[in-house]
Amino acid sequence: MYYKMKVEKLPELYALIASEKALYLPIEQAGAVEFRKWDESSCVRLDCLNTLKSAKGVFLPQSENLVAFKTEGKNISVIDNSETAFPFVIFGVRACDARSFDILDRVFLSDPVDTYYKTRRDNATVVTLACNEPEETCFCRNFGIDAADPAGDASAWIVDGELYVRPNTEKGETFVSRLSQLLEEASDVEKLEAAKQSVRDILGKLPFAELNLDRFKGDNMLDIFHDPAWKSLSESCLGCGTCTYVCPTCQCYDIKDFDTGSGIQRYRTWDSCMFSDFTKTAGGQPRPSQVERFRQRFMHKLVYYPMNNDDIYGCVGCGRCVAKCPVSMNIVKVIKTLGGEKK
Amino acid sequence: MQEIFGLIKEKAEKLFADGSVNRVLGWKKGETEYDRIPSVFESAEELEEFVYDGFCAANLSKYLIRESREDGKIAVLLKPCDSYSFNQLVKEHRIKRDNIYAIGIDCDGKLDIDKIKAAGVKAIQSIEENGSEVIVHTLYGDKKFNRQDVLLERCLCCKGKDHVSGDEFILAQNRVDTTVKDRFEDVRKLEAMTPDERFEFWRSELSKCIRCNACRNVCPACNCIKCVFDNEDSGVAAKANVDTFEENMFHIIRAFHVAGRCTDCGECSRVCPQHIPLHLLNRKFIKDIDELYGEFKAGADTETKGPLTDYRTGDAEPSLISDRGGSN
Repeated sequence: MYYKMKVEKLPELYALIASEKALYLPIEQAGAVEFRKWDESSCVRLDCLNTLKSAKGVFLPQSENLVAFKTEGKNISVIDNSETAFPFVIFGVRACDARSFDILDRVFLSDPVDTYYKTRRDNATVVTLACNEPEETCFCRNFGIDAADPAGDASAWIVDGELYVRPNTEKGETFVSRLSQLLEEASDVEKLEAAKQSVRDILGKLPFAELNLDRFKGDNMLDIFHDPAWKSLSESCLGCGTCTYVCPTCQCYDIKDFDTGSGIQRYRTWDSCMFSDFTKTAGGQPRPSQVERFRQRFMHKLVYYPMNNDDIYGCVGCGRCVAKCPVSMNIVKVIKTLGGEKK
Repeated sequence: MQEIFGLIKEKAEKLFADGSVNRVLGWKKGETEYDRIPSVFESAEELEEFVYDGFCAANLSKYLIRESREDGKIAVLLKPCDSYSFNQLVKEHRIKRDNIYAIGIDCDGKLDIDKIKAAGVKAIQSIEENGSEVIVHTLYGDKKFNRQDVLLERCLCCKGKDHVSGDEFILAQNRVDTTVKDRFEDVRKLEAMTPDERFEFWRSELSKCIRCNACRNVCPACNCIKCVFDNEDSGVAAKANVDTFEENMFHIIRAFHVAGRCTDCGECSRVCPQHIPLHLLNRKFIKDIDELYGEFKAGADTETKGPLTDYRTGDAEPSLISDRGGSN
């Protein structure tokens, strides 16, 4: 069942959602579009294809407080100052980012369950938005993602000045039922289907529409690991964390203590396998040079993760790393170099 | 740059053929129409992938810290602005000059793909550079740009067409000047703000920082073997900005650290995924140094001591800062 309303009424829709729950949307601030909490002064950018950082930060924030320690005399008090849970809607998630939540779920909701992540997942209603004008950096199609018909608790489309919404889950049904004063049943579904088809046609014509992923499977793990091409692929890598930090599926984190001057704040922060101290232990650094660090990132996405997760790749083809790498070295180049040019 | 592309490639082939170098540091085509990857070519055959055009913006000099320590001699391609970074690295003894053959190559300004995309361009199929025009072909139709409108910010206040170092030069017949503004124009705007306005401006910009370290890692002046921010024992190592103080201080401390050594190559702003105008911090320091110690261009040569590493009795006193004042 599809529902619809005029696009002009979007501000009313936001206000209605926000009257009940927190609402995250792609919002522009100082020229940067990110998923942020909406208020009436927000500059919403539903036209933005990719937010700079992915939507994963809503569930796995770049840094979050876990616990604080305070010393008073001879006593140390432990203070739980982690975020208080609250229900929220995240609206405008693209198909690629929506798939990334499934990839993260397999990591954080497996035993032992990450309670911080799970609390946010349980509290969230994910409303996706279909892509209208995919870019040359998009390659979600290779991972069986349909950018013209995204998943999520509810899916939305913007076609000819109208917003179409379709609930997919119970949470999605509840979401739509709360908006009944704005939404009406859509009877012109053919128009929407035609729009989806034209987007799919474009997706098929994009330069990275058909990558050859055949070689990337568990059986070839050691073969790929020892491939001499890693050396030249990694030689331009600066060892920065841009690819990791804009990636919707990068999931590694570190737990650090910050000396506040009057106590300790223990926090969790995204980590990057591109950094020189990643997984460094008392025994040393297991990946001493950038070749090994670079290889780790792509092996994880294309080989290790699928091996442990029913052959599902740890990449969703959002193209952020393709667009943002300072030296233009990216996963598409890696796939083509190691896996061959075309299917 | 099509005319000199062929000349550069021929030169590189010749250098391989006569054995004067065993590697060439240049750019190769990446996966999109505008991706150019800094690359080390190890044979004339590998030069098939070599490219030099409007998107070869990356400053290659920093790679020489590693590459000049490898066996043999490496040829490097330096645009005029890159030659300043090169000199500075030589001056700081970070690269082994004797193992390098530096080729100064011409530049008519480098293109900013973000400016092209900000104009609504998506699904790029090909890009044509045609004199003063840039034509972008996309799945949604073509778009024509005036080249000047889509140049990188740093090229709009180009340091000039002259190389300050190099063993030989490959230059175009008609050399294009892309300068349209004074590089301190935006700094003056910031100086004219009240402290509160200025604080607001920088908070707004620096709060976008994701601490990816791309600015630091690309910066030729940031060449410490181990950065203090990566050193667990320093107490300031961090993978995220824990508070607003850290957001501000990471960049300000970095700007202080490269003051007097920053050649204003503009790589920090070019690579920032969040488009923070980091070059403005560096330019403010450059402007202050010019005003306090006399005009100085880091990297103009390989010998002159920098104003902040050289003591002269007539040097500016620290009290000058409080005399200069600044209030709301």
